[in-house]
Amino acid sequence: MKAEYATLINRKPALPEGLAKLVWPVAALTLLLVFNAIFTPGFFRVEFRDGYLYGSLIDILNHGSKVMLLALGMTLVIATGGVDLSVGAVMAVSGAIAVEMVQDPTASLAAAVAAALSVSVLAGAWNGALVSLLRIQPIIATLILMVAGRGVAQLITKGFIPITQHEGFTFIGNGKFLALPFPVTIVAIMVLLTWAATRKTAIGLFIESVGDNEKASHFAGINARTVKFVVYTFSGFCAGLAGLVAASNIKAADSNNAGLFLELDAIIAVVVGGTALTGGRFNLPGAIIGSLLIQTLTTTLYMRNVNPFVIPVYKAVVVLAVCLIQSPVFRAQLAAPFRRAAA
Amino acid sequence: MSETLLQMRGISKTFPGVRALDEVDFEVRKGEVHALMGENGAGKSTLIKVLTGVHRRDSGTVLLEGREIDPRSPRQAEEVGISTVYQEVNLIPHLSVAENICLGREPGFCGMINWRGVNRRARKALARLDLDIDVSQELSSCSIAIQQMVAIARALDVSAKLLILDEPTSSLDAREVEELFEVMRKLRDQGLGIVFVTHFLDQVYAVSDRITVLRDGRLVGTYEAWKLSRLDLVGRMLGKELAETAQQHAPPPEVAGGRRQALVQVRQLGRRGSVEPVDMDIEAGQTVGLAGLLGSGRTETARLLFGIDRADSGHMVVGGRQTRMSGPRQAIRSGFAFTSENRKTEGIIPHLSVRENIILAMQGVRGVWSQIPRAEQQRIADQFIEALNIKTPHAEQAVGNLSGGNQQKVLLARWLATKPQLLILDEPTRGIDVGAKAEIEKLVNSLREQGMAVLFISSELEEMVRTCQRVIVLRDRVKIGELEGAQITEQSIMQTIARATDEG
Repeated sequence: MKAEYATLINRKPALPEGLAKLVWPVAALTLLLVFNAIFTPGFFRVEFRDGYLYGSLIDILNHGSKVMLLALGMTLVIATGGVDLSVGAVMAVSGAIAVEMVQDPTASLAAAVAAALSVSVLAGAWNGALVSLLRIQPIIATLILMVAGRGVAQLITKGFIPITQHEGFTFIGNGKFLALPFPVTIVAIMVLLTWAATRKTAIGLFIESVGDNEKASHFAGINARTVKFVVYTFSGFCAGLAGLVAASNIKAADSNNAGLFLELDAIIAVVVGGTALTGGRFNLPGAIIGSLLIQTLTTTLYMRNVNPFVIPVYKAVVVLAVCLIQSPVFRAQLAAPFRRAAA
Repeated sequence: MSETLLQMRGISKTFPGVRALDEVDFEVRKGEVHALMGENGAGKSTLIKVLTGVHRRDSGTVLLEGREIDPRSPRQAEEVGISTVYQEVNLIPHLSVAENICLGREPGFCGMINWRGVNRRARKALARLDLDIDVSQELSSCSIAIQQMVAIARALDVSAKLLILDEPTSSLDAREVEELFEVMRKLRDQGLGIVFVTHFLDQVYAVSDRITVLRDGRLVGTYEAWKLSRLDLVGRMLGKELAETAQQHAPPPEVAGGRRQALVQVRQLGRRGSVEPVDMDIEAGQTVGLAGLLGSGRTETARLLFGIDRADSGHMVVGGRQTRMSGPRQAIRSGFAFTSENRKTEGIIPHLSVRENIILAMQGVRGVWSQIPRAEQQRIADQFIEALNIKTPHAEQAVGNLSGGNQQKVLLARWLATKPQLLILDEPTRGIDVGAKAEIEKLVNSLREQGMAVLFISSELEEMVRTCQRVIVLRDRVKIGELEGAQITEQSIMQTIARATDEG
């Protein structure tokens, strides 16, 4: 018996768990791209003009950058068993602060970015304190800022929609780097940083362990409060970055509409990407693929001239399909008639 | 002899994989308090749930006042006159006392509630318990004891014939318990039959007329309380006939050199409502047992030591330094390790791998910045999988997929990886197969021989006798004795548990 298991010890599973969970979101994204290749003329056309790349695929990367940034923070929050509803509102606050500070074309970009990100981190820390210290349910705790955040943004902009022509600031959302839109670079750096943080320090293990069984983690000497505080703070930082990109995109701070409903897109991206809302194992690549799936869908629908008001319905259908197909129960039921036919 | 109120005959109930009740007979007379006793898994709660219609019996008959009944739900049970008050008060804290008493059966007409009637009826129900309180106050503003009384009043409001009290005293203090007993005696004298489920021996003798003992789903017997000695009662609950325990395993040899400076000295450590102040010394290279019945304060003592619950009196000296545990983190830093009796909820991280579960506490000590390199993690995991013979296909398997015994070994590995000085094991062998049990016992012995101090909690006396050099006996949250070396036998432990406070 012992020998038998000893030989089994070194046998690895066919596919690491993380990769196995990527199968379905990747399949859905591929399916959508194949659909476009056949039915949407010009979808895959990428032009190289003046040293830059143009095309729908590039647009998807560019426009999807905000949800991807949010999804990074959201993944870690959801992995602890929580949720952060305030990210859309924090985007508005971040954008408002930055745009207000770069009204003068000679103003310091660094100061504006630093101020906007600091306040976003503070907002995240506030959420973290409510959840970890006061033990308020995450959905309620972050709802506070979700509602109040836009009001704060309005106060900062005094009810106006300030616009800016600051060269440095407009570069954030509209500039090009390595032939690609600059937001892609921001996302790439953040993905790398987040990946490194969760793999090269023990925070990834602590987040998963707290999300999977908080009590047992506490008993094993893990400081669950600190872990939760950190993830909400990080989510605030990500929202701040996304807010800068959004404001720079339109060269203005629209407190009412910046990041509106993006928290929901981020949550969907995370869940579609294979991180369970109940917490535990998280999947960062999954969240990025989930974000791309949602953005690809949106872009596809726009290109096919679907009425923008109807777009959420299509999104819902796709999300439902991906979530269902990930459920082992549903897959078993789906496969049942075929198995019977084969037998 | 007064007439029979309830008669249950040949009751059987099987859950998947477990025979929870096996041909159990149980009888309650009018005007008696009948204690239902048994250790974990004896079948007390299943029997009560069958009686109150939560579970349906597989076979057997239930007669109430001679008429056969078959309640399908607690509500139907109430309608025929069987009411239950559970351990945790099952009321709605933000409604008034009167609303709680009448909830679901408010007097009124056509959906309109007659509020005066509600209050009048509530006052009447409470008067039966000699309780005169403002029935319009919010329930949550009352003490737990009053809430318990309100729960009883609610149970009685439906013209109950049989009242079931399921561990009603576990959250009450001594004075409140006495008040509750007063009420129980009064109701008994009014002709009600009362089934009293408790773990506290003293309380059983204080209020019960008869005692029924269950063990492993079977009826052991029903006895007149005054005829059954405490020792007999304990023996029957634990399944030890005294003659049978006369032959003993030889206790393990004592550590040479006699008493050394204790590694951990516990002085008057206690927490109100949990454990009375307790003294204990734990030496390196020694296994100290905590014995006692369920609810005697064994787990609570372990939780105090490990800092899960804060002590509100006393202190600990660990390795010569006075310490107050602020939480598990500090306990771990002091060289403590603790495996909880609730393996699933307080032990394993089910969806994480065997490797991650094993290195978790070790990583917790090292902190977030100095991650154990992956290769090192792999080595540690494989080493423990091999050493403890953990049966898993590979170190990346999710722990939730392993059997109970292997999960327990993973938890032991988690703590051994931190190289603790004191290992606290709460029911480490509960619910695991015999083979794994023996392996864990062997492991505990070898750890002790290597100089680790072990605090061992178990409901199985043989296991205690085999493993411990010293046994501390608890009863009703108080330390009542300490046995050492050759004194440790199953019989002596039982005798210590049974010895009434006034005799000792």
